[in-house]
Amino acid sequence: MKNRLLDQIIRSIAIVKKDVMIYYSKGPVVIMGVLFPAIMFIAFAFGRGMAIATLMPGLIGVSVFFTCSAITPVAFPWETAQRTLERLVSAPVAIWTILFGDMLASALVGIVISIVPILIAMGLGVTFTSPLILAFAIVTGAICFATMALLISVAPVSSPQYTQMLSTLIKFPLLFISGVFIPISNLPTAARAIGFISPLTYFTDLARYATGHGSYLPLYIDFLAIIGFTIIFWVVAVKLHNRTLPMRI
Amino acid sequence: MNNNIAIQVVDLTKYYGQLLAVDHLSFTVKRGEFFGFLGPNGAGKTTTIRVLTGIISKSGGEARVMGYPAGSIEAKQISGVVPEQSNVYMDLTAWRNLMLTAELYRLPMAEAKARAENLLKQLGLFERKNSPAREYSMGMRKRLLLAVALISDPEIIFLDEPTSGLDVQSARFVRGLLRDFRKGGKTFFLSTHNMTEAAEMCDRVAIINRGKLVALDTPETLRITAGKVSLIDVSFDNPVSIDALKEVSGIIRVESSQAIDTAESMKAMAAMGGIGPSRMGSGMRGAGMGGRQRMGLPQAEPEEAGEKRPPSNRFRLHTEDTGEVITSLVDFSRANSLKMNILNVNPPSLEDAFVMLTGEAKHEK
Repeated sequence: MKNRLLDQIIRSIAIVKKDVMIYYSKGPVVIMGVLFPAIMFIAFAFGRGMAIATLMPGLIGVSVFFTCSAITPVAFPWETAQRTLERLVSAPVAIWTILFGDMLASALVGIVISIVPILIAMGLGVTFTSPLILAFAIVTGAICFATMALLISVAPVSSPQYTQMLSTLIKFPLLFISGVFIPISNLPTAARAIGFISPLTYFTDLARYATGHGSYLPLYIDFLAIIGFTIIFWVVAVKLHNRTLPMRI
Repeated sequence: MNNNIAIQVVDLTKYYGQLLAVDHLSFTVKRGEFFGFLGPNGAGKTTTIRVLTGIISKSGGEARVMGYPAGSIEAKQISGVVPEQSNVYMDLTAWRNLMLTAELYRLPMAEAKARAENLLKQLGLFERKNSPAREYSMGMRKRLLLAVALISDPEIIFLDEPTSGLDVQSARFVRGLLRDFRKGGKTFFLSTHNMTEAAEMCDRVAIINRGKLVALDTPETLRITAGKVSLIDVSFDNPVSIDALKEVSGIIRVESSQAIDTAESMKAMAAMGGIGPSRMGSGMRGAGMGGRQRMGLPQAEPEEAGEKRPPSNRFRLHTEDTGEVITSLVDFSRANSLKMNILNVNPPSLEDAFVMLTGEAKHEK
């Protein structure tokens, strides 16, 4: 059983490589992962006159969140239409192996892309008081957001536009309830309560702590929440993909 | 399970909603066998292959590949699949497509590289190994699909219409390759429309219609047992009236030289377009009109429409009793002071058997 699990995880590396080569070397990932957060950052920094150091954790959060969730919802319908999903299914891999490979590719690219806002922050004089916490937050957060993207991609459609629309519909509201640009402590009570249903809230809280602004919640709560969300997203995504994948092919 | 059995299908069913696509199908394929799976469009061929390769799940019954349940990781590990439509990654090069498959099958990297290089050379793709698959022609993509299926050195290879859409040269090339790979003792499961291909390549063929098995035997036996009608090509030294020839005992139908020439040119055109004769309408060998009309060719039998035609000296005769017709033709020649220049008996083809078996099943409906 253990060997079988390890065997499938090794096979998923092939899917990671494929995803990176096909999807993550393309423009949209850079646009969603770097340009879009940068524009949001500029809008808040200059439009609302907010301090750069206050906005930086949010910039890192948006960057990781959007990079990790950009491709998977599009890749599934795309591979359905191209019939390459059929090819993966006929290979000796389980459905969860395909999902794991896709998730891992998204998370890895998200982690790499997060270096860009970190460098920008450092260039603008922001100091990271807890770099290890930030690193750990980025890794767990990237996995969580990538797993969430698996869930968004569950619908058995062969048109990427459909999942793109669904993805936008889910992701954008999360931006505004997660304390990304306005710290959660400054949000009205009702908005704060809603914010706790978003995994991005906990990531931003950790990033804020790492830049010396202190966290709203205890760190262990933030990490447990991110891990908890990841487990729930994963279990539900595997269950639903097992059901919907045969409908795609 | 018998070690000599590569595929075992027992009472297999597959429903798509209310539609029964595979209807209690049972057959076995021996190890090392080249097994043909024939059937008209919508007969359930591709569905059966998709169940056997684990792409879709069965609704009922049992399907085993080399003793493993079809669709299990173990069964997939020893199988290679060539689908009808290309499913290679168009953005990846041929080399990367092969390496991806090798990694999915967990082949040691050195072995994977050596096999990929050999296969690409054998398939004539080595020079273009670093070009993205999207830049390949259809024939090259088919060859790449074959390479992808063979990279893991599978024990059993599922081929779904491997030559459909290919020009004559490419189709021949692919068939030649399959013959070469066959020498390695692998088991092949070939789904095809192309009767010539099936008759040429397969040790045994199963014919299915509406999801049910209607025949399973060697192409030769199917030809003989199912194909009742033989064709006799005859040529006389002088023109003969078609009506006179129709009176000869044992002849069911007479075609004149014009009809034969039209049929030959249709065959040639079909071959050039890579279309199997079966796709041109079941009546081609029987000089049916459907195929000709669809292809815009001249009608071959004006006498059928009540027109008179000049006597000819070359004919194709249809009969269920070859011996009787030959004897009668000799008598006919003597009685009319004619000499037979050509007398050629064409045994029933696999296509005849196919048309009879699937056609009859269709009419039953």
